[in-house]
Amino acid sequence: MTDLESFRSDTRAWLEANCPPEMREPIRSDADMCWGGRNWTFQSDAQRLWLERMVQRGWTTPHWPKDYGGGGLSPGEAKVLKEEMARIGARQPLYSFGISMLGPALLKFGSEEQKKRFLPEIARGEIRWCQGYSEPGAGSDLAGLQTKAEDKGDHWLVNGQKIWTSGADQADWCFCLVRTDTSHKQRGISFLLIDMKSTGVEVRPIVLISGSTHFSEVFFTDVKVPKENLVGEINRGWTVAKRLLQFERDSISESRGEIPSLAPLARKHVGLDEKGRVADPDLRTRLIRNGMRASAYGLTLARVATEKNSSNEPPAVSVIKNLWSSIAQERAELLTELLGADGLGWSGEGYDKASLDATRAWLHSRAFSIYGGTYEIQNNVTAKRVLNLPEQ
Amino acid sequence: MAALTDEQQMLKDMAGDWSRQNAPVTAYRSLFDRANGPGFDPNLYAEMGQMGWTGIIVPEEFGGSDFGYQSMGLVVEELGRTLAASPLISSALAAASALRLAGTQEQKARWLPGIADGSLIGTLAVDEGAQHAPEKTALRADRSGDRWILEGMKKPVQDGMAAQLAVVAARTAGTPGDDDGLTLFLVDTGAAGLERQAIDQIDARRPAIYTFNRVEVGPEAVLGEVDGGADLLDAILDRVRVGLSAEMLGAATQAFETTIDYLRTRTQFGKLIGSFQGLQHRAADMLGELMLARSAVEAGFEAIDSDDPELPKLASLAKALAGETARRVTNEMIQMHGGIGMTHEHDAGLYLKRVRVAEQCYGNSAYHRERWGSLSGF
Repeated sequence: MTDLESFRSDTRAWLEANCPPEMREPIRSDADMCWGGRNWTFQSDAQRLWLERMVQRGWTTPHWPKDYGGGGLSPGEAKVLKEEMARIGARQPLYSFGISMLGPALLKFGSEEQKKRFLPEIARGEIRWCQGYSEPGAGSDLAGLQTKAEDKGDHWLVNGQKIWTSGADQADWCFCLVRTDTSHKQRGISFLLIDMKSTGVEVRPIVLISGSTHFSEVFFTDVKVPKENLVGEINRGWTVAKRLLQFERDSISESRGEIPSLAPLARKHVGLDEKGRVADPDLRTRLIRNGMRASAYGLTLARVATEKNSSNEPPAVSVIKNLWSSIAQERAELLTELLGADGLGWSGEGYDKASLDATRAWLHSRAFSIYGGTYEIQNNVTAKRVLNLPEQ
Repeated sequence: MAALTDEQQMLKDMAGDWSRQNAPVTAYRSLFDRANGPGFDPNLYAEMGQMGWTGIIVPEEFGGSDFGYQSMGLVVEELGRTLAASPLISSALAAASALRLAGTQEQKARWLPGIADGSLIGTLAVDEGAQHAPEKTALRADRSGDRWILEGMKKPVQDGMAAQLAVVAARTAGTPGDDDGLTLFLVDTGAAGLERQAIDQIDARRPAIYTFNRVEVGPEAVLGEVDGGADLLDAILDRVRVGLSAEMLGAATQAFETTIDYLRTRTQFGKLIGSFQGLQHRAADMLGELMLARSAVEAGFEAIDSDDPELPKLASLAKALAGETARRVTNEMIQMHGGIGMTHEHDAGLYLKRVRVAEQCYGNSAYHRERWGSLSGF
């Protein structure tokens, strides 16, 4: 047996013994996704136990070095772990911007002290991070950000406002882009780690069209931040940020796998004609078009994943993001359309839960083409980097 | 695609080099100047035969290399880039698939070696009207002792003037509109009573109308089961549909790249037009559509080679997406080139015309959306 084969059989046995049955059920609601941190309330003992057991092995961050709380697995072993978890339908034990965004940036740009201090608590799910990037005046033009950090000798003094900060009301710390030089746009930005408990930090949740309060505004008023919380060099934060946006875009497109077929729901809610087809011909045509694109999108994800390993072509992440957002948005809209008036419920007993969820999901889906870089920004990136078209 | 093998990569490179050097778009353009030509250059087809491309899906014992449909797809796509005109799909893919799937040892021995070396051209004779609808086959084949008499009409038959072998779908039971009751026949196009007439199509490829006036064939002409030919025909058609999708993908990819090059070089208002956001975003969107179409086409070939029961769905997915995308990209090719794109002198119109024909062939995008939808529970 090769090392990888024995790793697989050990892993399989360990997962069988340690992954609680409840944690093998599909994710049904936000509460099923464990985000950790000091403010987290475990939904169940199983959720807590599953996190603890995975943390013990370092498998919340399988490929991070053991010194930093990771599992120290080789890429091959990490892949086996992923496959074995998928095999039994095991939930991800921890969802975390610390793992998906800050961690990779710290591993690449952080000092040894920063890695030792922050990475293990991320891996253990003890500290939940939020991302302080967008500002009221800096959305698509992120580098136009104004939140200011002044060097006060023994600390940074931060003043300004962030917006669209995901999970800020629950987060313990924030990785933040701040302006440290007003004379250069990109080269005046630094990357700073801020404790949300600091004096002068205020969080105000934003109510979205879907009713969600997932995002917040964050206000910084004379917030003192220790000097050692700067990641990388001063005024070189844009390099870190760009890298991180790439992680974000990767995780956005990669985390969206199959886009499930609407056929069963269409048959149920719209009914069938005498030939057994979905009864509304116009809606059916649009469902089919969307279903075909969704199917080809799934095939594209698989193809890009294998090509990444075998060629040097640009992975065209921006193209994938736009395909996904347009197909998924259209699907969400079609779902509420096929529900008819049942797709218009906001809450309460008059509607079944699945219909209410579908309606909220449709409203939420309007954000797909905005977050992580708007549809238009993605197309700018594709035109410039993939198609090598001239600067606008 | 699952990474290509070294041999497949070599084949792809070779097909790309050959088509750029020996069968560039100018070679295709010259077909438009010949009013009565066969719709392709026989010398170029002979060269394809010498390189073994005509035998890629033919088993080794019948003179082929049995190199798989994915490999055939690589060649077809590369040839599609320069619109290289040839009966490769009709003969080496369609007719070869028919024999490979259902031919007896004798039938294979009679027809496949010629198809494999390119000396013999085969084709499919399925459609009888403007809309692709195999179940509406009306051409009759009636028993006469142990022989059969074929009576009826086929139109259009791709590469029909050059073909020596036609795989003919005929009705042997039931009435037009019935899914069952079809039988496939291997018909020598020199048979008495078979009249062929060329038609002048927009892509200069000159398919034919076949009229069968009591064409008599023997029992050795029956391919597969009598009355049970519908599934076999579907299996053949799906292979050809994926092949045509690869051709459209190649043509659309080249049309796109040519257009992008133009956006990088054409100046108006003192600026390169490729710097205009209105054009950049349409270009970026097209790239996305091309990625979807490519994924569907590659999945189609993989499904053929692995006998995947999902092939009908994947073939329709490929044909519909490649067809729509090729149409969109060639329309944009003309639009983004402006007036020059409207001239016969420019390549854009040639891409538009060939792609339009391939899109219609063996079921247009609407046909395959409907088919995919029905197969997928809609």
